[in-house]
Amino acid sequence: MGSTAVEIHGVSKHFRLRHTHSLKESVVWALQGRPQRDDFVALHPLDLTIAQGETVALLGRNGSGKSTLLKLVAGVMTPDTGRVRVRGRLAGLLEVGAGFHPDLTGRENVYLNASILGLDRAQITARFDEIVEFADIGPFLDTQVRFYSSGMFLRLAFAVAVHTEPDVFLVDEVLAVGDEAFRAKCIERIARLGAEGRTLVVVSHDLPLVEQLCSRGVVLDRGHLVVDGEVTDAVMTLRVAG
Amino acid sequence: MSVTAAEAPLLEQGRGGGLRGVAGRRFLLGLLVRKELRVRYRASVLGLGWSYVKPAVQFAVYFVGMGLLLRQNVIGDYAVYLFGGLVVMTAFSEAVGNATRSVVANADLVRKIYLPRELFPVASLCVAGVHLGPQLLVLVVGAVAAGWSPDLVGVVCLALGLALTALLALGLGLVLASVNVLFRDVENVVDLVLMVLVWTSPVLYPWQRVAELLGSDSVWFRLYQANPLTVAVELVHRGTWAHASVGNGSSLPPGLGPRAVAALLLSVALVALGQWVFRRLSGRFAQEL
Repeated sequence: MGSTAVEIHGVSKHFRLRHTHSLKESVVWALQGRPQRDDFVALHPLDLTIAQGETVALLGRNGSGKSTLLKLVAGVMTPDTGRVRVRGRLAGLLEVGAGFHPDLTGRENVYLNASILGLDRAQITARFDEIVEFADIGPFLDTQVRFYSSGMFLRLAFAVAVHTEPDVFLVDEVLAVGDEAFRAKCIERIARLGAEGRTLVVVSHDLPLVEQLCSRGVVLDRGHLVVDGEVTDAVMTLRVAG
Repeated sequence: MSVTAAEAPLLEQGRGGGLRGVAGRRFLLGLLVRKELRVRYRASVLGLGWSYVKPAVQFAVYFVGMGLLLRQNVIGDYAVYLFGGLVVMTAFSEAVGNATRSVVANADLVRKIYLPRELFPVASLCVAGVHLGPQLLVLVVGAVAAGWSPDLVGVVCLALGLALTALLALGLGLVLASVNVLFRDVENVVDLVLMVLVWTSPVLYPWQRVAELLGSDSVWFRLYQANPLTVAVELVHRGTWAHASVGNGSSLPPGLGPRAVAALLLSVALVALGQWVFRRLSGRFAQEL
């Protein structure tokens, strides 16, 4: 095991849920004496260290704080307490196709999205053919993305993301894409990223898949870290909890 | 595993370098500007041409309405005078208006991927700059046709006036874009202010009218003259209109030099303030959108 790739130290996050969204509503709610906001703790202070080359599955039920944790690692949100540090270039695939614009062509979107994910012009040009080949969208490359079928859209978006070759790769529940053949290709590609020694953090409810892709399992429950160990143990815990 | 990854330091994510971070992502900035232009003129025959039709119509309306009907054409070379001011106002309004909406409009990206968020208001500014280009050409050609033979001071003044406009728009754009994420009222207030803006600087009428109305040594008139946008308009006037005909220069307001320095300092301070506010609030963008 190499040096630390992701270090999460004492990180917590709470959200303030506002129930009122206009002046009128807040006056009415205030007169009725109802509280206008609730605090919701998404993550209790949490420590987690991931070494370079580790493949980690973040597991837990809906609302357990997995996605919040991933967003904190990606730097999209800032934690209330503690800090997150990452070594090397990070790419977050928190949603397939974030940053794709329907009015641009596939080609333009590849450049835009790869650039958003941190590549420079030369790197994108060098990988362009590979991306297009992986996406396998044939003659639609120069068509506006709005005319793509949803499967084609996902294939292109996924192709861009996996070809940015980050040092740390975050994947949030995006493997349920495309048809069976493309899904297999994606999984094979992600497994290869892992085999190349890149750090992988995967959030998924697909337990068999996670067992296949990851070696380490971390289970969250209502914002607490409850299991951190072999992926099989983590999956077992979840299955038992039902 | 790349060798660089093993050697790279552990870094906190989401700590951008602000505007300096934008400078490091110029390729992405260029793509965002192109995207913005492409999206705005999708499926339109005239395309980018629309950005010239609008100022042209605006110019024609003011020229006929203010110049011919209300007799403001007592100002020599009124067309050059009017267009010079309108160029500043149009660019400023477009930059500020779009920058205000820029972060909210890119909510998808802001929530999912970390980028220096300053990219969005800066891209709005660049788009306004692209639209400004040909108008500027029209202005210069018009001024030359009216009799301006470009002088060094004039060109410097023109450049300063535009730089001042850009700095103001950037500073305000950063503040407004970040506050607009928390309170969407901001974009409506901005629209209102932009609507009356053309009247708060000597674009349609000569500055002497305001001096007569407010008294040339009253506080209100000093405020009017201290308005950095007024200074920008006057700098552009000095650049193009003042030397187009003999006599124009003498009706320029006095003390433009010191006011220009003050306005530039103010706008640089505004950019610093904008950067500070934007940074303070950008940590909350993802959860508020």
